[in-house]
Amino acid sequence: MTITSTPGGTRTEQPPATGGRPGRARRPRRDRVVEALWGYAFIAPIGLGLAVFYLWPVLQTAYFSFTAWGAFGGHTWTGLDNYHRMLHDHEFGQAMVNTLAYTALGLVSIPLAIVFAALLNRPGLRGVGVYRTLFFLPVVTMPVAIAMVWRWLYNGNYGLINYLLSLVGIDGPNWIADPRVALYALVAVGVWSSIGYNLVIFLAGMQAIPKEYYEAAQIDGAGPVRQFFSVTIPLLSPTAFFVSVISVIGSLQLFDLVYVMAGSGDAARANPAFPRLETVVQLFYDRAFVTNDRGYAAAIVMVLLLVIIALTAFQFRMQKRWVHYG
Amino acid sequence: MRNSVRWTAVALGVVLAASACSSGGSDAASSDGKVTLSYGVWDATQKSAMEELGKAFTKTHPNISIKVELTPWADYWTKLKAAATGGSAPDVFWMNGPNFQLYASNGVIRPLDDDIAKDKVPLSAYPKQLVDLYTYKGKHYGLPKDMDTVGVWYNKALFDAAKVPYPKAGWTWSDFQAAAAKLTDASKGQYGADAELTSFQEYQYDTIAQAGGYVISADGKKSGYDDPKTIEGLRFWTDLIKKKESPDLKTMTDTAPLQLFEAGKIGMYWGGSWDATEFGGNSYTKANVDVAPLPKGEKQATIIHGVANVVSSKTKHADQAWEFVKFLGSKQAADIFGAKGTMPAYNGTQAAWIAAHPQFDLQTFVDELSYAVPFPVSKDTAAWNEEELTYMTKAWNGDESLDKAAKDLAAAMNASLAKE
Repeated sequence: MTITSTPGGTRTEQPPATGGRPGRARRPRRDRVVEALWGYAFIAPIGLGLAVFYLWPVLQTAYFSFTAWGAFGGHTWTGLDNYHRMLHDHEFGQAMVNTLAYTALGLVSIPLAIVFAALLNRPGLRGVGVYRTLFFLPVVTMPVAIAMVWRWLYNGNYGLINYLLSLVGIDGPNWIADPRVALYALVAVGVWSSIGYNLVIFLAGMQAIPKEYYEAAQIDGAGPVRQFFSVTIPLLSPTAFFVSVISVIGSLQLFDLVYVMAGSGDAARANPAFPRLETVVQLFYDRAFVTNDRGYAAAIVMVLLLVIIALTAFQFRMQKRWVHYG
Repeated sequence: MRNSVRWTAVALGVVLAASACSSGGSDAASSDGKVTLSYGVWDATQKSAMEELGKAFTKTHPNISIKVELTPWADYWTKLKAAATGGSAPDVFWMNGPNFQLYASNGVIRPLDDDIAKDKVPLSAYPKQLVDLYTYKGKHYGLPKDMDTVGVWYNKALFDAAKVPYPKAGWTWSDFQAAAAKLTDASKGQYGADAELTSFQEYQYDTIAQAGGYVISADGKKSGYDDPKTIEGLRFWTDLIKKKESPDLKTMTDTAPLQLFEAGKIGMYWGGSWDATEFGGNSYTKANVDVAPLPKGEKQATIIHGVANVVSSKTKHADQAWEFVKFLGSKQAADIFGAKGTMPAYNGTQAAWIAAHPQFDLQTFVDELSYAVPFPVSKDTAAWNEEELTYMTKAWNGDESLDKAAKDLAAAMNASLAKE
């Protein structure tokens, strides 16, 4: 690309020619247009990528949700049929209930992460690097690997967890095959694997709180617990808000953990706990890629998208009630 | 600026042209008459046997080489469907009974009748049930590669310890039940048998046939799951769970019965002839297990099934693909294959397979052919296969009575069949 032919570029770097308030000077309209064009040119690569790989598929999916597909491609317009079918699809309803349950229970990870972050944030704590690594390790581990290891730990007959329980005389259940406990067993793994990520964000948030607040609180006679609740928590609320929005969106899209732990395909259908474990994304995957029912799958994810938008909007509305910005 | 746009366009054009060339890689190679066929398979234990067959084929057809593409069973059909939809299925690939009619009716695989007639391939060389399995609307779409029947693999060590005589030809359901009771020992976590739910071919379909019931009517329009005899065939298994002579469904979800059997925790495992490779490769089972025919209920029966080699309708090398399929279906291929793979389908070639596993009485599987019944399929088998699992899970887990689950399944399956 030739550098000489950029007339706008050189001129804008000069100070405004006329007087008046600095920074408010109006440049000629043509220059501003050229500058804007350059701006767009620079973001074009990523913009193009987003448009091709994100925006276009979203529009396509929205369109496909009104169609029916043959087993090997080819689709016909069926209007709202897929959405009607979803209303009567018991499996979809159950998957949505499960997904919302995962999301709600998964929020436990936030207070836990705050408590652990506060413990790690104490000045002069020895081996803090080791603890941080231990907490963060699950975050950098592949979810499939995590799920496989936990599958073994949860094994009802030969698993480590039930062995340990048997030492204290408890006969543990088949953790991921028993409908009564399977959901909680999976949530526990989800929480365990997400604490590290949240913890790092909270730790950063805590370290951004000015020391003066704590000194002032100390002078007023507040102990560590009082300081935690009266200084740390309120000043951490913007971080907590961010983490809760991210976690809710993440939980609503839960797939890999359940796919590996609850089983997939025939093994999943033969798992008595599967109806209590299946997530919306898992049902979507099954309909889109296993049974090739792509129109219906598209409708399922469109509904999921609406749920995500609704819950995120709700959180943004509610933040006035509890989020304190410095 | 304008120049740079032009150059970018040229560069883009070059890239596009280059990628267009590379996508037609096998075409580019055909300029000197050489062709590489892709061959889709799902069984890792048979991959080397398939590669050996490919090499044997190339010897007589020097211009055609074979590239074996292995996709594990769990993902095979998902991936194949996506590839077929996108027009990039392998040139030749393995097909099974439950999926066949879907692929044939959608024109994804080629009918082979013209080729069969032209080269006078004798279809009578294969068991009739297998030829019929791969016939849709009077047209033949595949040549059988292998076949399988089901037998009772039993753990001799557990039988000896419990002082139970080994099962032998002519034994009955009540013999089986008596043995299962004696082999069960809760204190050791040891079960007489296992009522597996995920492989109807090796479990439910066999006992349904033995009880005189049926899975699907002969015209493929009606479910047989509400037939009292079919339900008796299912009860055979749920009773085993009730008596705790089989692990319960939760335990089998946590640990697959095959693993339990290979760990010496199950006395009698219903498995296919293809399991000879698995059990022969595991030092514990190689030394401790053998196989007996399935016990007789009201009737003597086993499900016969077999994999066929089929040709993609989108292949660019239809003639070469047919040559390869014809070779795979030949006696020569069956002889090579039997020594390393599963029971070949070509009549009279099973001796090499039996000889390859001298520690097991594999003649059992061949003898069973005389009373084998076909694998139940319809046009969209996968749809009701999913329902079988959904409804039977409730009965297996004891959440619902078997009668109710079976009747609900029949209703759901009839609705699915009506849509075909």
